Amino acid sequence: MIRAGRLNWLEIVGGTIALSLVVVALFAPVIAPHDPTRAVAQTFGDPGPPSLAFPCGTDQLGRDVLSRLIYGARVSLIVGLSAMAVAMTVGVAAGLCAGFFGGWTEMVLMRLTDVMLTLPGLLLAMAFVAILRPSLLTILLVISLVSWTGVARVVRAETLSMTNRDFVLAARALGASAGRLMIRHVMPNIMPTVVVMAALSTSGTLLLDAGLSFLGLGVPPPTPSWGRMVEESQIYFRTAPWLAFFPGLAILYAVLGFNLLGYGFLRRRNPQ
Amino acid sequence: MLHYLIKRIAFGALVLLGASLITFCIAFVIPADPAVAIAGVKADPHTLATIRTQLGLDRPLYIQYVRYVWRALHGDLGRSYARRQSVTGLIVARFPATAALAVSAMALSLILGTLGGLVAGAYRGRALDNLLLIASLILVSIPVFWLGTMFLVGAAAHFRWLPLGGFDGMRSLLMPSLALALGSAGYYSRILQANLAEVVGQDYIRAARAKGLSPVRVMLRHALANAILPLVTLAGLDFAGLLSGVVLTETVFNWPGLGRLAFEAVFNLDIPLIMGTVLFSAFLIVAANLVVDLLYAWLDPRTHLA
Repeated sequence: MIRAGRLNWLEIVGGTIALSLVVVALFAPVIAPHDPTRAVAQTFGDPGPPSLAFPCGTDQLGRDVLSRLIYGARVSLIVGLSAMAVAMTVGVAAGLCAGFFGGWTEMVLMRLTDVMLTLPGLLLAMAFVAILRPSLLTILLVISLVSWTGVARVVRAETLSMTNRDFVLAARALGASAGRLMIRHVMPNIMPTVVVMAALSTSGTLLLDAGLSFLGLGVPPPTPSWGRMVEESQIYFRTAPWLAFFPGLAILYAVLGFNLLGYGFLRRRNPQ
Repeated sequence: MLHYLIKRIAFGALVLLGASLITFCIAFVIPADPAVAIAGVKADPHTLATIRTQLGLDRPLYIQYVRYVWRALHGDLGRSYARRQSVTGLIVARFPATAALAVSAMALSLILGTLGGLVAGAYRGRALDNLLLIASLILVSIPVFWLGTMFLVGAAAHFRWLPLGGFDGMRSLLMPSLALALGSAGYYSRILQANLAEVVGQDYIRAARAKGLSPVRVMLRHALANAILPLVTLAGLDFAGLLSGVVLTETVFNWPGLGRLAFEAVFNLDIPLIMGTVLFSAFLIVAANLVVDLLYAWLDPRTHLA
C-alpha cells in the first residue's frame, strides 16, 4: 500500500487545491454572494467589468460571474470525479482479468483496448453526447467510455508482473480462489500505480468535460459550467476579456491540482 | 526484419477492422433516419423507400457492413447528407489546413519540450528543475481552448499584425500552433527529464565522463541519444492525432480543418461524415503506430529481437 509518512510538496499543494474545490462545491450556496442563474446587475446586453461588488465582473445577462464560477465547481467535480471512478473501476477490472487469466480473456480485452485507443477520444465523445443528448449522466458515461482503456493497459502490465511472484504462487498453492488471489494478493500491490492513475486521469476527465462544455455539449444551461462560460465569452474577447479569463483560470486550477497530486504520488513511489 | 514488418502490418489491419466495426455501430445508435436526412421530412414514402434501396439500407446488417468496408478500402466513404458531397472529397479538401497546423505545432512542441527536458535534466534536483516541473505541470493543465482565447485577447489588444482567425499564410499559423504546442511541450519535457535521470546513472555515461568529455558533450551526444527514444513513440502518435484534426483549437481560431468538419458533422448528425472522419483518424493512428514501431526497431535494434 501507499506508505504513510511525510507528504511531499507536490502532494501538499495538489491536495490543498483539490480539497479547496470540494469545499467550494459543497458549500456553494453559502460562499456564493449571489444567485448564479439570476440577473443581479444593471445590464444593457453588455458584460460588466470586475468591481468591488462583482470581483469577476458580470456576464451579458447581468449574472455575477464569481457566483457562477463557484457553482460551476459542482458540475465539474461531479462529472470529473465520477467519470474517473467509473473509468478506473472498469479499467482496473479489465486489466486485472486480462493479466490474471491470460488466454482468450486477455486477447479479447486487450484487442478491444487497442481498437478503442485508435479511435479519437474527443470526437467519439462528441458523437455519443450529440446522439444521446447532453445530460449529466450521458456526459459522465461517455467520458468514462473513452478514458478506461489507458488504465486497463497499465493495470494489465502490472498484474502480469505480479502473478508469478512467490507470494501469489504460495497463496495459489494454499488453494486461494481466483477472485481472492486478485483482490487480496495482486490488488494491494498494484494500488500505488492505481492511485497515481486515478489522480492523473481526474485531470484528464476534467479537461474532457470542459472541452465538451466548450463545444456546447456539456451539462445544459442554466447550470453554470466553466467550459460553456469560456465559449459564451468568445464574442466578447475584445470588449470584455475578463469574461473568458476567470472560468478558464478555474479549469486550470482544478486540473493543475489533480496533476500535482498525481506527480506527488508518483514521486513518493520512485523518488528521483 | 521482414517477418516483424508483416506481423505489424497484419496487426494494424486487424485493429483497423475493429475500428471500422465500432464506427459502423455509431450509425445504428443514431436515431436519425438516413433516408429522411437526405430527402427531407416531407418526402413521400415511395421516395424514402427508393433512397433506402439505393443506399442498401434494406439489406441485412452484415451485408451492409461488408459493403461499407469494401467501399472504404477503395477510398469511398459515402456521401455527406448535409453537404451532398463525397466524404473522401471533403476530407481531402480540409486536410491541408489541418496538416499545416499539425506540422508547425509538432515542430514547436518538440523543440520546446526537448529544451525544457534537457535543462531540467542538467539541473536535476535543483531549484531550476523544480521550477521547470511547475511550469510543465501548468502547461499540461491549461485547457487549449482557453489558451487560444487568451492569445486572441492579447493579439487583439497588443499584436495588431496577427490575424485573429482563419488559415491565411504563415502568420495565421503562429497562434493556433503555439496554443497546441505548449501543452505537449510540457509533457515531453517531463518524459525527457525522467528518461535522462535514468540514463545518466548508466555505466556508459560514467565512462564518457571518465574519458574527460565536457558535461555538455556527454549530455547532448551520449545521454540525449538514448533518452529521446521514448519520445519518438509519443510524438508519432500525437502527430497522428494532430493530423486527424483538433476540434477545440480549430473552433477557437476558426480554422478550416478536419476538426471543424467533424464538429459540423456531429452537429448535423451527418452519419457518413461522422463515420468517415472517425475512421480516417483511426487509420492515421494505426499508420503512425506502424511507422513508429519500424522507426523504433531501426533506431534501437534490441526491440524487434525481443
